[in-house]
Amino acid sequence: MMARILALLAILMAAPAAAQLRVDITTGIEQPMPIAVPVFPTPQNAPTEAGTTAELGQQVAGVIANDLGGTGLFRAVNQNAFPRLTMATVTAPAFEPVRTSGAQALAAGAVTASGGVLTISCYLYDLFSEEQLVRQEFTVTPAGWRRAAHKCADLIYSRLTGESGYFDSRIIYVAESGPATNRVKRLAIMDQDGANHRFLTSGQSMVLMPRFSPVDETVSYLSFAGNRPRQMLYNVATGQQRTIGDFDSMTFAGRFSADGRKLVFSVMRGGNSDIYSYDIATATPTRLTSGNYIDTSPSFSPDGRQIAFESDRGGSQQLYVMNADGSDARRISFGNGTAGSPVWSPRGDLIAFTRMTGPAFRVAVIRPDGSGERLLTDAWQDESPSWAPNGRVILFTRTERSGRAGLRSVDLTGRNDRRIATPMDASDPSWGPLLK
Amino acid sequence: MMLKAFPVLMLGGALVLAGCASKRDVLPPAATQPAPPPPAPIDRAQTVPPPADVGSRALPGSQAALVEAAGSDTIHFAFDRYDIDTEARSILTRQARWLQDNPGVNAMVEGHADERGTREYNLALGERRANAAKNFLVAQGVATGRLTTVSYGKERPAVEGSNEAAWAQNRRAVTVVVAR
Repeated sequence: MMARILALLAILMAAPAAAQLRVDITTGIEQPMPIAVPVFPTPQNAPTEAGTTAELGQQVAGVIANDLGGTGLFRAVNQNAFPRLTMATVTAPAFEPVRTSGAQALAAGAVTASGGVLTISCYLYDLFSEEQLVRQEFTVTPAGWRRAAHKCADLIYSRLTGESGYFDSRIIYVAESGPATNRVKRLAIMDQDGANHRFLTSGQSMVLMPRFSPVDETVSYLSFAGNRPRQMLYNVATGQQRTIGDFDSMTFAGRFSADGRKLVFSVMRGGNSDIYSYDIATATPTRLTSGNYIDTSPSFSPDGRQIAFESDRGGSQQLYVMNADGSDARRISFGNGTAGSPVWSPRGDLIAFTRMTGPAFRVAVIRPDGSGERLLTDAWQDESPSWAPNGRVILFTRTERSGRAGLRSVDLTGRNDRRIATPMDASDPSWGPLLK
Repeated sequence: MMLKAFPVLMLGGALVLAGCASKRDVLPPAATQPAPPPPAPIDRAQTVPPPADVGSRALPGSQAALVEAAGSDTIHFAFDRYDIDTEARSILTRQARWLQDNPGVNAMVEGHADERGTREYNLALGERRANAAKNFLVAQGVATGRLTTVSYGKERPAVEGSNEAAWAQNRRAVTVVVAR
């Protein structure tokens, strides 16, 4: 991939342990932290295949401000409220003029082009302690400038929240068009911020529920090609794909294990749906559940030892957790209505799911032992949750009463419920891993 | 202007030719009027022969023929259920008879669900419904090898809408004729 980061030149400089600046993202913040993100200066305005370095300096700052602002944890201060930085002041800024803009932190850097390669530096300053908290440099092809900007934003986010970032990542989802009775559904992929959007399938046959591997560029999805709904494995980098297993009936609802080596999915046979685990390297399926029930939507715990799933074995559709070998299934959801689509957080502490009361769906979280259920959203039909790589933000599908469907994200505190822009209607988002 | 010149005549409904604004143009009383000549024959327009009758009949072995013979290609289900009710039984019984009368075709039974429930659950529920319909057809004597099932879950509603009437129409199994 051309956009791949070529090298990391500098190592993150370890900052003093007791930095004053800290954003606590676990409790839900009242006020976003004001942060200054001035235009990145360039030593010489040079043309590149992605625009001039002066233009890129503006755009890099814009991407960083957008990434940080989109979390709801930060607010980018107006760039006119403080003086521009120069190549000389990027590494030694005057703090007072930036502080008077109301900012508490300063994200800065520079863009340099040399020999067809862009070097983008990234600094973070605490405006109170006047300490440098981040100092890193990224080398990319000019076309890869957005990735360097996302990586810079990830470093800043990580330094200020204590959590790993999630900006240098992609989303795969289902793009929808046409009337509800004859909807065209095709796979599409884009950067986490909506950039670099492209369609992956033509829409000739329906696709549903794409899910990213947590470790690489493999995606599983349900293809209706030839009216034979089958679980597929698809490498979005090489375009190679294959059908999972050799089943003579519908296979669906696939999801990867945290190490990307296994897929859990459902096999429909004779009106019953059972959960299978599939070893991708050896192409070996193992049946985990049985009985005259709909067992589906399996999701591995991050340590691979347990599987959350939904089942109607108790009379209505509810959440269950079982051991990875299929033993010891126990029900964990008991609230009002029914519950489905459980997805285990990459941190292991929570399971996101869809809480349904009649036609109204909301995204909720629950602990794996069934305690602490919390609703995160409140709209007409919110469903199909997917975790950000750091387990702090959830992507989901919102269908309006009008039938329009789109992607949204919400943080774990239920705050910052915001739209993710897509070129057309959208559903079934899956957040890919942080890129390497 | 003419209206202003002859208001009385206009009110009387008499025909006044524009430009002939003299007293002689006032028509005499009807009683003294000689019988009007028969109207001049209108130029006879060319006649168009009526469209030819088109006989229409569903081709043997077509979807339309199945619908004609069985009354419907679609059966409906109760919420979250997949059992075949009395009305569905009679439709499926007629479908089975038609399928046996038309051994040259196969059928794919499509199962569908209403929008309530997750995508995954509804895919399974749709398959249950398709499978229930298929089993009924097989029990009526249709060879199992002629029937396949596919579930579209909640992805292909018959009608749009989030209300009981729409949901009732969307919970269905449709028998689709496919060439053998």
